[in-house]
Amino acid sequence: MEHEHQQAIASSPEITFAHEPAPNTKRIWKTFWILLVLTIAELALGLSHYIFHMEGWLLLFVKGGMIILSLCKAVYIVSIFMHLGDEIRNMKLTILVPLLLFIWFVTAFLWDGVAWKNLRNKFDRPSTEQVAPAAHDAQKPGGLD
Amino acid sequence: MMWLFLLSDTFTFGALLISYGTIRVSQPYWPDPNHVYNAFPLMGHADLPLAFVSLMTFILIMSSVTMVLAVHEGHKRNRAGVEKWLLWTILGGFMFLGCQAWEWTHLITGSHPVLIDGVVKEIGTTISMNPFGPAVPGLMHDGHQVTVPGPIGFGSFFFGITGFHGFHVFSGVMLNILMYFWTRGGRFDRLGHYEMIEKVGLYWHFVDLVWVFVFLCFYLI
Repeated sequence: MEHEHQQAIASSPEITFAHEPAPNTKRIWKTFWILLVLTIAELALGLSHYIFHMEGWLLLFVKGGMIILSLCKAVYIVSIFMHLGDEIRNMKLTILVPLLLFIWFVTAFLWDGVAWKNLRNKFDRPSTEQVAPAAHDAQKPGGLD
Repeated sequence: MMWLFLLSDTFTFGALLISYGTIRVSQPYWPDPNHVYNAFPLMGHADLPLAFVSLMTFILIMSSVTMVLAVHEGHKRNRAGVEKWLLWTILGGFMFLGCQAWEWTHLITGSHPVLIDGVVKEIGTTISMNPFGPAVPGLMHDGHQVTVPGPIGFGSFFFGITGFHGFHVFSGVMLNILMYFWTRGGRFDRLGHYEMIEKVGLYWHFVDLVWVFVFLCFYLI
């Protein structure tokens, strides 16, 4: 039975590594708890910068913390739920090496965004300075459109 | 093949999220997500930042777990087990879509007073309108602080990216329903392996993976 099972899986052309069926679901539930704890930690950070109104480096630090926690979640989902961690080395590299492009994408595009913002601050008139209407306009129902 | 498709889809979502990031950092002002996403069904106007989206995140992680359990039962070639966990996964997918429908409706129909061309108007969040701009000091309307319009990109990126993700969730649910009927019909028992469940499982986890980053980029940061 066991032998036949292995053969059936190996006969499929798209499976590079026929792993033994896991004996129990302990690993799955452990991953679930890790993901849950990471999500709660993210929420705690997200709410903390709402409650305490942080600025500058502290805010960047909190946001960086949330990004790192998200990347940890991604690693757990990919390596255990999608079992990329159990695949052969070539398979892992095929998937992971192209993702390195993202390092350049994110850096280049955010850099561009910041440059754009600097140009805006330098040359645009601030769009937020709108003049409040006279008091009777705001209170009169007819003036509310 | 599923891995290669997912790799290409990663770049699609990556491109969308990076363009969102570029526009966002180029704006002098961007709405605070804790302020925008603070509603919960049946809770009226209670200020509950991030509560509802946490529930959605939990539902999606949970459905990912039930999908792994279905794949696990597939390895053991236990047809009844695969059917049971697939049904839970389908239920999780529908719950997530329902939550998203509620949230979209809330954002589109929930209007806020905004000062446009010297007149106060009540507008909701759509792909071309955003009521969450900076506050106009000292101007109130029906007891609510009046603001100026926020950056338009906020709504377009939010609805565009969560919509594209929701479309993936919907396709995933349809695939899972197909898998459920194929399992019930004994197709995989005849083939001798449950490999197809694994492939659909990969897709489903990918949808969860994308949500991790959508959650990060739109709700947390």
